[in-house]
Amino acid sequence: MTIVDAATVKLVEPARSLVAQPEPTPLLDAESREWLQSLRAEDGTRDAAIARLHALLLRAARFEIARRRATLPHLRGNELDDIATEAADDALVSVLRRLDDYRGASRFTTWVYKFALLEAAVKLRKRAWQGREIPLEPEGWDLLSSGALEPDAEAEQSELLAAVQAAIADVLTPHQRTVLVALALNGIPIDVLADRLNTNRGALYKTLHDARRKLRKHLGECGLALDDSLEKE
Amino acid sequence: MSTNPHDLQQALARLLGPAQREVSCDTCFDELDRYVDLELAGHDADAAVPGLRAHLDGCPACREEYQSLRALVGDDGR
Repeated sequence: MTIVDAATVKLVEPARSLVAQPEPTPLLDAESREWLQSLRAEDGTRDAAIARLHALLLRAARFEIARRRATLPHLRGNELDDIATEAADDALVSVLRRLDDYRGASRFTTWVYKFALLEAAVKLRKRAWQGREIPLEPEGWDLLSSGALEPDAEAEQSELLAAVQAAIADVLTPHQRTVLVALALNGIPIDVLADRLNTNRGALYKTLHDARRKLRKHLGECGLALDDSLEKE
Repeated sequence: MSTNPHDLQQALARLLGPAQREVSCDTCFDELDRYVDLELAGHDADAAVPGLRAHLDGCPACREEYQSLRALVGDDGR
């Protein structure tokens, strides 16, 4: 998957209503300005800058792989090196294609890092699930509802859980149900499910978002106090 | 088998998502570098990019990439 596939989405909500309008382009710091000038040069300076940029992206990709190394015990060092190189290569293409999108709202290095981190993360998620079955039916209800949820607060959550279960069955479309169960209950990574369903992260998240809104609205209409019962992950 | 109430809360949070309005994955990616640099500089990133924090609460993939970017930029000494 390319950066565009991985990151291109329809809006969950109109961005204009949520995202503050960007500040006028700030003065670039000297390092960021040097990067832009070098990458836009028409002589050998550009080739050297591209080589430096690739090295920077490779460092970011390796950083991401190192953070996830413990979750990938079956991958050997040379396989991880290959993933890092592929991620850096793909990120380089994306950065050069989108160079004019950089508006100086962050340091240039921060801006380019995110491309390499995304590429590496997506590749690693897919690799971790390669050859595994993608469960689309609910797998976790029994575990969640079988326990010793005793007095008061726990009982309230148990009631909420039962209501959520019923709402998922009653108010969601089949596609919303599939996506919600796979992502939120079965823990399938969104990029893995996107590949399996031949779509992209943004489209899936939009479906997840709509399903969650529908559940919240329905449960609210049933008089259940949601956010008193929840805490952030 | 008994259920850890904390696990149950987390499961409910994953199913119901953030209560606040949130940006999309696309907008999150576009704004993530600005958000991280603002945070690390001690500014109010949430005020500058409304809805991004809620999205990070609701989207595990974007949250992981945010955490990595923050750690990597922090690793650079900022």
